Amino acid sequence: MVTFAIFFMMPRLAGATPESMAVRYVGKSADPNTIQATVKKLGFDKPLHVQYWDWVTGVVAGKTIDTGAGTEECSAPCLGYSYRTYSPIMPEVKQRFPVTLSLAVGAAVIWVTFGVSVGVISALKRGSIFDRAAMTIALAGVSLPIFWTGLVSLAIFSYQLGWTAPGGSFTPITENPIKWAYDLLLPWITLALLFSAQYARLTRAGMLETMSEDYIRTARAKGLPERTVVVKHGLRSALTPIVTIFGLDFGLLIGGAVLTETAFSLPGLGQMALQGTKSNDLPKVIAVVLITAVFVAICNLIVDLVYLVLDPRVRTR
Amino acid sequence: MTTIATESIKPSGAGEGPYLDVRDLKVHFTTDDGLVKSVDGVSFSIERGKTLGIVGESGSGKSVTSMSIMGLHTAKNAKIEGSIKIGDEEIVGKPIDSIRQLRGQKMAMIFQDPLSALHPFYTVGDQIVEAYQIHNKVSKKQARQHAIDMLDRVGIPEPSKRIDAYPHQFSGGMRQRAMIAMALSCDPDLLIADEPTTALDVTVQAQILDLIRDLQKEFNSAVLMITHDLGVVAELADDIMVMYAGRCAEYGTADQVFNHPEHPYTWGLLGSMPRFDKPPTERLLPIKGTPPSLIQLPSGCAFNPRCDFKERVGERCVRERPELLGDDHQIACHLPPSERQQIWTDEIAPRVK
Repeated sequence: MVTFAIFFMMPRLAGATPESMAVRYVGKSADPNTIQATVKKLGFDKPLHVQYWDWVTGVVAGKTIDTGAGTEECSAPCLGYSYRTYSPIMPEVKQRFPVTLSLAVGAAVIWVTFGVSVGVISALKRGSIFDRAAMTIALAGVSLPIFWTGLVSLAIFSYQLGWTAPGGSFTPITENPIKWAYDLLLPWITLALLFSAQYARLTRAGMLETMSEDYIRTARAKGLPERTVVVKHGLRSALTPIVTIFGLDFGLLIGGAVLTETAFSLPGLGQMALQGTKSNDLPKVIAVVLITAVFVAICNLIVDLVYLVLDPRVRTR
Repeated sequence: MTTIATESIKPSGAGEGPYLDVRDLKVHFTTDDGLVKSVDGVSFSIERGKTLGIVGESGSGKSVTSMSIMGLHTAKNAKIEGSIKIGDEEIVGKPIDSIRQLRGQKMAMIFQDPLSALHPFYTVGDQIVEAYQIHNKVSKKQARQHAIDMLDRVGIPEPSKRIDAYPHQFSGGMRQRAMIAMALSCDPDLLIADEPTTALDVTVQAQILDLIRDLQKEFNSAVLMITHDLGVVAELADDIMVMYAGRCAEYGTADQVFNHPEHPYTWGLLGSMPRFDKPPTERLLPIKGTPPSLIQLPSGCAFNPRCDFKERVGERCVRERPELLGDDHQIACHLPPSERQQIWTDEIAPRVK
């Protein structure tokens, strides 16, 4: 539905006609007949809901596309052909997906470990210098845009100090794990900074709340060491809401971290979406949106399943 | 021979004198609004096998007292003075880590609302096992068996099944039983029950009190019962301490406090207790006014703004704080003892008895 609303309706609302959309495909200098033929071929003359249906069936069952010089098979899930390069989109997605996944997973590991531990320490040492410093940095981390932190860190750590990769390169983990991590280190940290800040604040708030619960007092009254009280009884409860937010964030990231990928010139899905938008390449943009939607949905499902494990009160309902 | 005989009759581990001995306990909190004197010079003691009931309104310092015995005041702004002796161990000033060793093992606590006092994410069994394993080096299996035994002892049916249930799957009474099982799992010598029945149904209340009494006999522990419900202390307590504004107003045996109370505040408490043996047309006699702010206590006797009898003493009630006087029945009031007894038998007893 969302894809329909956004990507099939929007061009029309923006004043695009079937002809002007076909022009993007064949080029401005093409003669009117070619344009008309293209309109027919791409189905721009059909009503919107039919176009949408064609696209959906393509995704689900695949379709045969008439390229003019014969037909080409686009097997399911068919994401269509690029208006610009005339090449199918799926292979490009497959190629770009590992980049985005690597970026998202690495950053997630950093921000969860870092964000949550800073949050816990801040909550326990509430009002201390550590807490104040951490929360100030967190505020900065939330407020600073990635294209700024990304470029500044690139300038300092890659170009000035030469510690990290200059960006733009990606090595699959299967080829060379060390090079993989080296290439991605700076993007990971940059992306993680934003999220760590948010997670530190969330964890801190959650811990402050749980640590004042009655069951924490019970745990102390049993004679448990403070560490066990904090981790087993406190953090365990405080983490539950964080898992929810993590699912959403992670799903969105898999659909492409546009800003990070652009700042570091990483050939991921986010960059693809940006290129698609810039060059009016509608199928590319739709493909990325679809992937994002799918992963957000999957991650939400996983979150719900994890909830069953985390919170026994959900199970019996 | 005789000494040996008496020794052997005594319950194991019982020393001479009281097991819990609190002397001149002061718990003050520094806040932005000023110094809060939550507990200001309170002394009491409990022997093994005996029960002391601490009674008072909200904010009278009952819970703060019990928390300081457990060493649970972790806030940096809490200042604790005086002496709390458990067995031979002095709690005040003891490093938190050694107090921790005593918790659960020598002293255990039952809390007011068992639903919020039990962790929602762990099974009842896990929580009892955890409490047992801190102080006893036993295998998981043994600990589990012990937990089942404890649940059985507190009257939970089918304990070997219920042990794997979560707190939310228990009823309120069951939860409090589980809480008690947890508190007693390490066989503590001192049991502190902080409003153990307040969150429960009336029918369940009586069962829980019965249970605490039975277990106390069985474990021969000292019980500190904190409550605002005079009915609860009437049921259980050997001694009663009435607290008002962080200080002791009246302290004596249950018989003395219930049948011969001498403090106007105790009279007020007795008058505001609903009774079933009186016709419902008679009104309760609530204490007028509200408990004072602990930051700015009234000068002189803290109870003077609410006291019906201060005209009979005059200026002194506003000027001078009454000391807790008496041998075994102690009262902090400026009224002369004979006049107090007179007022009780002539004016108060006919109304509340």
